[in-house]
Amino acid sequence: MSTETAAETLDVKGQNCPMPVVKTRGAFDDLAAGEVLEVIATDSGSMSDIAGWAESTDNAELVGQEEATEGGEDVYKHYVRKTE
Amino acid sequence: MSADTPASSDADPAPEAVADLQARIEELETEVSDLRTEVDDDGPKKMVIIATKGTLDMAYPPLILASTAAAFGYDVTVFHTFWGLEILHEENSKNLQLSSVGNPNMPVPNMIAALPGMDRMTTRMMRNRIAENEVASIEELIETSIATGVDLQACQMTIDLLGYDEDDFYDGVTTGVGAASAFQDMVEADIQLLV
Repeated sequence: MSTETAAETLDVKGQNCPMPVVKTRGAFDDLAAGEVLEVIATDSGSMSDIAGWAESTDNAELVGQEEATEGGEDVYKHYVRKTE
Repeated sequence: MSADTPASSDADPAPEAVADLQARIEELETEVSDLRTEVDDDGPKKMVIIATKGTLDMAYPPLILASTAAAFGYDVTVFHTFWGLEILHEENSKNLQLSSVGNPNMPVPNMIAALPGMDRMTTRMMRNRIAENEVASIEELIETSIATGVDLQACQMTIDLLGYDEDDFYDGVTTGVGAASAFQDMVEADIQLLV
């Protein structure tokens, strides 16, 4: 999933609930149809929050999610495509 | 099933009955399409929260839910009344307090929690926790909520009751609203919560 070419990257590292979802929505609104948004968070709750948000949002498709360790901290990456 | 297969002519329904049924079908089709239009035209879903508490811990849930619902595409109204007004008061919102008195979840017995200065200490502890856990401040959540289209309303009756002025509240807060408008919003809403 990391091979997805993201049109935009949103960095919400260090921010906690509800900010990752709220800011994802804001960045998602600025996407063109077909584009993918990459969201990088450190909030572990963002895994279920962003998945749930994408499921409930008509024109959002969760392309992938992954966990990684970068610079000694756990990061959670989300890829959301705007379908229309 | 047998009605679908051609039958002898004497089993055919009378032409008037067929016409009646056709008229009835058309009537129902119109009704269904009207209802469908009504449902589709309903626009985005709505949530209304009535926020009545002004302590540091109780200020969070309405704002977190409101900004989250807005991210889900909901039209959100938060009607602040009584101590809930403190959340929207630009100065007081930065100074919301937390008390251990009557809160069995806090590690301080009521006898001690009731001593002067204890609320200040409890509040300081909570604020440190909030900062350590990188939880957004109340101010930040208010600004985010307003920026994402949440309608933060301050009940006019309690503004007058508590002697506040419209200018005391954050920019973008709706004033001049009362129980009737809150009730009307609740009637139309899909989710109604009292906090």
